[in-house]
Amino acid sequence: MEPILVLLHTTDEGALPKAALETLAVAQTLGTYHLAVLGANAAAAAQSVSAGALSVRAIEGDAVAVSRYATDAVAAQALATASGATVILAPCTLRFQRALPGVAARLNGACDTHVVAVDPDLSIHRWYYRQRMEATQSRTARPWFVLIEPGAADPCAAQPGAAAEVLPCAVETRTEVIGYQSPNADQQTIRPDAQLLFVAGAGWTKKQKDGQTHTDEAGSLILNFVQHNKTSLGSSKSLVDLSGEGQAVLPFLTHLHQVGQTGSTPRHRKGLSTCCHGEEPHVVGWRFINERRAINLDAACGWARGKADVLYVADAFEVMRELAKLL
Amino acid sequence: MPYQIIVCGGLAPDPLQTLEPVTTPAGPGLKNELMLPAVFDPWAGHALYEAANLAKNVPGSVIKVVSIAPKAKLQQVMMTVAQKLPFELVPLDGPGGGFTDSASVATALADAIAAIPGLDKSQMLLFGGWESATRGAGVVMQMVGEKLGITEQFLAVDELKVDESGALIIKERVEGGRHQVSKCAAPPAVLAWATGNLPEPSNHPQTGMANMRAMMPALQKAKAAALTSTLSYASVALPAVTRQTKIVKDVPAAQIAQELADWIKQ
Ligand SMILES: Cc1cc2nc3c(=O)[nH]c(=O)nc-3n(C[C@H](O)[C@H](O)[C@H](O)COP(=O)(O)OP(=O)(O)OC[C@H]3O[C@@H](n4cnc5c(N)ncnc54)[C@H](O)[C@@H]3O)c2cc1C
Repeated sequence: MEPILVLLHTTDEGALPKAALETLAVAQTLGTYHLAVLGANAAAAAQSVSAGALSVRAIEGDAVAVSRYATDAVAAQALATASGATVILAPCTLRFQRALPGVAARLNGACDTHVVAVDPDLSIHRWYYRQRMEATQSRTARPWFVLIEPGAADPCAAQPGAAAEVLPCAVETRTEVIGYQSPNADQQTIRPDAQLLFVAGAGWTKKQKDGQTHTDEAGSLILNFVQHNKTSLGSSKSLVDLSGEGQAVLPFLTHLHQVGQTGSTPRHRKGLSTCCHGEEPHVVGWRFINERRAINLDAACGWARGKADVLYVADAFEVMRELAKLL
Repeated sequence: MPYQIIVCGGLAPDPLQTLEPVTTPAGPGLKNELMLPAVFDPWAGHALYEAANLAKNVPGSVIKVVSIAPKAKLQQVMMTVAQKLPFELVPLDGPGGGFTDSASVATALADAIAAIPGLDKSQMLLFGGWESATRGAGVVMQMVGEKLGITEQFLAVDELKVDESGALIIKERVEGGRHQVSKCAAPPAVLAWATGNLPEPSNHPQTGMANMRAMMPALQKAKAAALTSTLSYASVALPAVTRQTKIVKDVPAAQIAQELADWIKQ
């Protein structure tokens, strides 16, 4: 068996994200492994899950307290090298997706991302062409960084063990992280942990039966539903593009909401698509949505072609008005 | 100070096409790959529009697009892309599909960039998409940056502004629909773009003609990209999940709402 390192990072608050425990769970199916954590409070976080690890290392302190390429790359390189591992499993968070490919290049190795499963012989499964086909593949290049897609495995339970050896980290960088911009809590509409993804399509902004558009009502029906039920909000490309062009459509939608070929591929148990046509470039973003329902006026809409479990041929305005009374 | 903006971007099959994997002597590929209409990779496209916007605001800046793709396809796609903004093409003739090895693609791109005559690296901004619509790896730009010695890197960028001191203020996507804001004192830097906020520029036939005059000879002289691979594929398959869609018609809205409410609460 090749030496494996499980490389994790903490959140800014110093805790391990769920994706870290998922990656650890994948590693536990493969045999023994080394463990390393970088980020705020990394040593304590490493110890909280270090049971059974062959070695435990951490890098913490100001340099790696925030996510930044230059510092994360140096820290990850030091941890990977110290472990002696040839295969490095890490969560495919944006922090690691930014830093680890460059580390692989520095070490003359390779990096694969969005990995949804790893077999005992170290074959990996990942998607190509934006979730349109899945490949099983292996690599000869080492060190090999394998980034596990969040949500691809159930998280393991944290089992504390040995204390971490803390390594130093010094690096010069021209980049300073200023902070975050996020919608405040009651305006937040992207909720990765929600059970339901509610997706709005361009139909909400189209002329309706009375020959008029009703975007104000569309906006309040959608936002009320999403806020009240704490669902996550997605959108089709057509609709976000309209907002991007400065048209008075649904102002709370941004490119971050876009689901699909050129948007995101969120993971939620259920998805409800409204006023949205279900074309292939949109539907590829639904690959990891288990139960799918759609509301569309058009019975021949793309969702009817084996892409949704239930297609309600109905006026989404009417259905959402009724739904608001029930939930 | 004007920037030297390098945009790395490949081609992708038009997303509305049906894709089917096949096995070729060179490994996995797409059925009728050479016949499939192609587009400039959508995220690289966003990077290019952002580059155009920056170059317009910082006079003297130049844009060079470095692309590995089958030469004939690249020429077709450039007929459209070249109409949108002025840039110079640095083409490499090679396979354009998603099954090529990201590490090798990065090496070929880095070598091509390093060989650009008169490139002032201190003023260089290396742009590209954060992922491709083919391989979808999101690793190539970081690797190219490393190979060129650029250690200030940003992934999933949605906004770049230059402040009065010339520092780059960059918004990168992070989880949960948020942006991280960073300040990078000066170039060189790698910016791998998400969608940004700019619409697709409209077509200007004159720009297209001027671009194509330089592009055609460049395409003729395009060197073959020597790609290698440390990857081996055991299988590539389409997901076999077609759903039995139940179509519910002529049912009152209140009843549908009740059904949905029950489903949501389950
Ligand atoms: C390069 C490329 C990349 C793309 N990437 C993406 C992507 O990432 N994500 C994405 O979403 N799309 C993407 N697309 C676009 C995609 O092909 C579709 O065009 C798009 O998703 C359709 O959006 P829509 O359903 O919102 O709008 P439309 O196609 O305009 O559909 C609107 C629907 O609303 C319905 N409707 C209207 N009024 C009502 C009502 N009262 N009640 C119920 N239904 C109603 C209509 O019947 C219609 O079906 C991409 C396309 C290309 C070419």
